Amino acid sequence: MTLLSDTFKRLHAKKALIPFITAGYPTPQLTVPMMHCLVENGADVIELGMPFSDPMADGPVIQKASEAAIKQGVDLRKTLTMVAEFRETNEHTPVVLMGYLNPVESMGYEVFIKDAAKAGVNAVLLVDSPPEESAELQNQLRKHHLQQIFLVAPTTSHARQQLICQQAAGFIYYVALKGVTGSADLNPETVNSHIQQLKQLSELPIVVGFGVKDASSAVAVAAEADGVVIGSALIKTLEGSQDAQETLQKVADFMCPIRNALDSL
Amino acid sequence: MTQKFDNLPDETGHFGRFGGNFASETLFHCLEELKSAYQKLKNDPEFQQQFNKDLAEFVGRPSPLYFAERLTHEQQGAQIWLKREDLNHTGAHKINNTVGQILLAKSMGKKRIIAETGAGQHGVATATVAARMGLECIVYMGSVDIERQAINVFRMKLLGADVRAVDSGSKTLKDALNEAMRDWVAHVDDTFYIIGTVAGPAPYPAMVRDFNSVIGQEVRKQSIAQIGRFPDALVACVGGGSNAMGLFYPFIQDKEVLMYGVEAGGKGLETGQHAASINAGKVGVLHGNRTYVMSDDAGQVTETHSISAGLDYPGVGPEHAYLNDIGRAKYVTVNDDEALAAFHTLTRKEGIMPALESAHAIAYGLQLAKTMSPDKHIVINLSGRGDKDVHTVAEIEGVSV
Repeated sequence: MTLLSDTFKRLHAKKALIPFITAGYPTPQLTVPMMHCLVENGADVIELGMPFSDPMADGPVIQKASEAAIKQGVDLRKTLTMVAEFRETNEHTPVVLMGYLNPVESMGYEVFIKDAAKAGVNAVLLVDSPPEESAELQNQLRKHHLQQIFLVAPTTSHARQQLICQQAAGFIYYVALKGVTGSADLNPETVNSHIQQLKQLSELPIVVGFGVKDASSAVAVAAEADGVVIGSALIKTLEGSQDAQETLQKVADFMCPIRNALDSL
Repeated sequence: MTQKFDNLPDETGHFGRFGGNFASETLFHCLEELKSAYQKLKNDPEFQQQFNKDLAEFVGRPSPLYFAERLTHEQQGAQIWLKREDLNHTGAHKINNTVGQILLAKSMGKKRIIAETGAGQHGVATATVAARMGLECIVYMGSVDIERQAINVFRMKLLGADVRAVDSGSKTLKDALNEAMRDWVAHVDDTFYIIGTVAGPAPYPAMVRDFNSVIGQEVRKQSIAQIGRFPDALVACVGGGSNAMGLFYPFIQDKEVLMYGVEAGGKGLETGQHAASINAGKVGVLHGNRTYVMSDDAGQVTETHSISAGLDYPGVGPEHAYLNDIGRAKYVTVNDDEALAAFHTLTRKEGIMPALESAHAIAYGLQLAKTMSPDKHIVINLSGRGDKDVHTVAEIEGVSV
């Protein structure tokens, strides 16, 4: 059993709340305290963004957070150090690293996966590493008992859904809309019917992200899904904050209503 | 264009270890759709006929193969020939590809055209064909480039394109490409993305190469007619590398024809301020394909520098990366000052003002000619004309225009 599957099993009918934050934003010092704060306020899994200079699939909010983090010297190694520090006092919350391939290629798959496992990372989601291009990565992941999370988009064909479901582990991340992270225009009805179809293909938990921004949108797309990911909206509330206490308060204020709304489902 | 000169890429879009399909999931469907539409049309005689007709009557092809007599005389080495892509409509090779892709867009029923541009040449070439077809056109351009290339921005607007400034990252070509990808993800149903170089996820590198390979195909015929045989060497500048691939590809199997790709050495490789991805980058993944990428130790893509905006790109087409690895083509660098000197030489000796991109190829071609005997022949791809660069040259030389 892995920490991710344990977590979803424990949640049972409860919906998983998966916040996304960019490592090093708003400041590198705040990342680990924020991770703990997220857990205290209802996060079941944490997605930690690995800052990249060219985040093709991200909207303006996460782009800016990435740029700010890079400016403050945050790279893959520092991100892993943050996870290790988080793990010193939290062994039960799964951490998923989300980012792009180039920094990983630069470090080398083997070194990255080995060090990620050592730091306490449970899974990785690399936006630009689809199943067709992930053979070498998967070899390394298996060696260190890490899982690779894949995206399924509204445009993904049935044949590709099958391919992805065969290779996916941990959970399947359903992209709720045609667009980048943080876009508007969620259509919960479409999302829910797509998730019903996906459930025919995989036993894995399915979580929904991209465009989920508050309690009501979370509830709307969580009807069929096993959890929701919220990134841009959370990061947006942190814009301009430097003070630790203020930032953590904002995180708590953001999380609570969403947690409560999901729990009332 | 239907003629195959090599078996690459393979079924999955790879050129050896390079290329591939490193795209985000939302784009897979339209990449597959594009691939199958292209496969079908590529071998469709009607499409071929229309493409060739447009190249002849709208672009003005074939472009001449011109013997540069005074340059040759001055170098006292190999005979120097120029492939005159600068004489194409809109002033560069870029139009070959946009003419092809817009036909594809039209046949796929797409209503909205998007493109990225750096110097503005590809943006202008895209806006041109979109105007001709009556399709909506949006061009993404880094805000730094918008300032540097005001005239091309205005040209695109005159042609009816909506030029959107990109303020993320380094605010240049690579960021414009990111933004165009984001647009595409959000409008996959009705939008066709015309990528301007032999990069991006499959099928773009092969498709853009095929549309530009008319350059090399013409050189094959012209060299036989004018020289009596194939040239001994081909020289072309490489940013993303579409003009070079267009010239090289039809000669890949002709091993006696040497190939030289010229990267932008900027202020010198030792300064770090250049755009020589093959010579000084490392293998990575950018914009949907695996290739040589200019990035720092942490894998962040670095800002590049070249006197020529069209070469100012931190990646390179995956097929070039492959040709470099197997040794079929050699990749060299030419610095800003050498390119500028070649710009003046060609202008004064032959009465042809080259684009600063093409001036890199001229600079290397001149060096190469000197090392070869007079019975040898070199073809240099004069990929674009220099009108757009007059302001840059004046500014560097402290002249107010």
